[in-house]
Amino acid sequence: MKTVSSLLDDHWYERYKKISRLNIRSSIYDVTDRCNLRCKGCFFFSSGEHERASEENDVSKWHAFVEKEMDRGVNLAILIGGEPTLCLDRIEAFYQRLPTFCATNGLIKVPRDRFPDMMVGLSLWGDEEDEIALRGKDTFKITSANYAGDPHAYYLYTITPKQLGKTGKIIQKIKDIGLKVHMQLLSNDEGVDGFSWKPEELIAVRAEMDAMLDAYPETVISSKYYHKVITTGRMLDRKFGWMECPSVTEPIDKRDPRPKRLTNFIRWASDLETMHRCCTSETRDCSTCKDGAAHMSWVMVNKRAHINTTEDLQNWIEVYEMFAKLYQFIPW
Amino acid sequence: MNTDISQTITRIAEIIINELKLEDVTPETFDADLDLIDEVGVDSMDLATIALVLRDEYGIRIDEDDYPKLTTIRIIAEYIDNKLKSDD
Ligand code: SF4
Ligand code: SF4
Repeated sequence: MKTVSSLLDDHWYERYKKISRLNIRSSIYDVTDRCNLRCKGCFFFSSGEHERASEENDVSKWHAFVEKEMDRGVNLAILIGGEPTLCLDRIEAFYQRLPTFCATNGLIKVPRDRFPDMMVGLSLWGDEEDEIALRGKDTFKITSANYAGDPHAYYLYTITPKQLGKTGKIIQKIKDIGLKVHMQLLSNDEGVDGFSWKPEELIAVRAEMDAMLDAYPETVISSKYYHKVITTGRMLDRKFGWMECPSVTEPIDKRDPRPKRLTNFIRWASDLETMHRCCTSETRDCSTCKDGAAHMSWVMVNKRAHINTTEDLQNWIEVYEMFAKLYQFIPW
Repeated sequence: MNTDISQTITRIAEIIINELKLEDVTPETFDADLDLIDEVGVDSMDLATIALVLRDEYGIRIDEDDYPKLTTIRIIAEYIDNKLKSDD
């Protein structure tokens, strides 16, 4: 039988032991149906998810709801859905009880006196030109002023095909203001012209992501295996897609057969009753889905499949560490 | 060693080998003190699967809060043994 220590040297084995017992169980919550931007390609609005449910306005219900989620075993709350910072009281219901991550466009600064160490993910869609084309605004100008030097914030940089060859400039800007960055890929749910990935562009973006990780190891929170999996849609001998995806809402998961390795994931709408199909757009085609969290989780839940060669297991460790850093389970 | 416990250990090893499809190990050669998480790479999803089989086999419920304690086959065997005794 292959054991973990037989595949790893002492350094890697210590790294493994730091994450092997974390047992992260996340779920995703739409905090509101509104946003102070309207980005082209935003899955939330393009797939009509903002109209699926009406927001629960009674904050006491949010508090009771979070308690129930904890009883369900959730130990990481990922807040998205419209713009969460429009409803700080609802964010507080999570933050008071659970490790909480807030994805935001960053236009409203999370008040650090109320949320001193909440991890904040700042969405960024490219350089000024792309930001203005897709989001109507150069958000970096505002977010960099709001969050420069903040140890509990990082950029979630969505790379589009138009960003090829330009990522270095953006990552340098992020480094200059003392923040970290995690890279993900646009899935182009609204089919904006020129923003869908061609096969040769996926090969090129993987090489570029690898080069960024090599050039900015302190700034870029990523792993080359993650780049491989997200750009090829392949892990070991398996292909990513609907039948493999671990980020499908469990109570409404009608797959047959269901994947074996699931973590009771749910993505809740802001009425606290409606469930969305998965961690991202209800209408997205799984065969072209580039959702970063779903790909990361896919690797993470398949640990023992990676206890095969030293390289496979090291790859798994790097992806798990990346996730654990992004959600503050281990330090940067 | 108590014979019942040693039988339980062998049976748990067999269950784990079958459920996790482990290769190159038999219930007899499986080290009962090997750390299942740090060495075999068992995670909470594996433990949930194993717990279901043990529940059916021994008629005991393994509380999810107890998973972190169940780190070796011997500890699981003792846990089952204690549960069975406290049910007597
Ligand atoms: S900021 Fe986020 S939620 Fe708001 S429109 Fe843009 S992508 Fe959608
Ligand atoms: S769209 Fe993506 S995240 Fe959603 S079920 Fe399909 S593969 Fe999974």
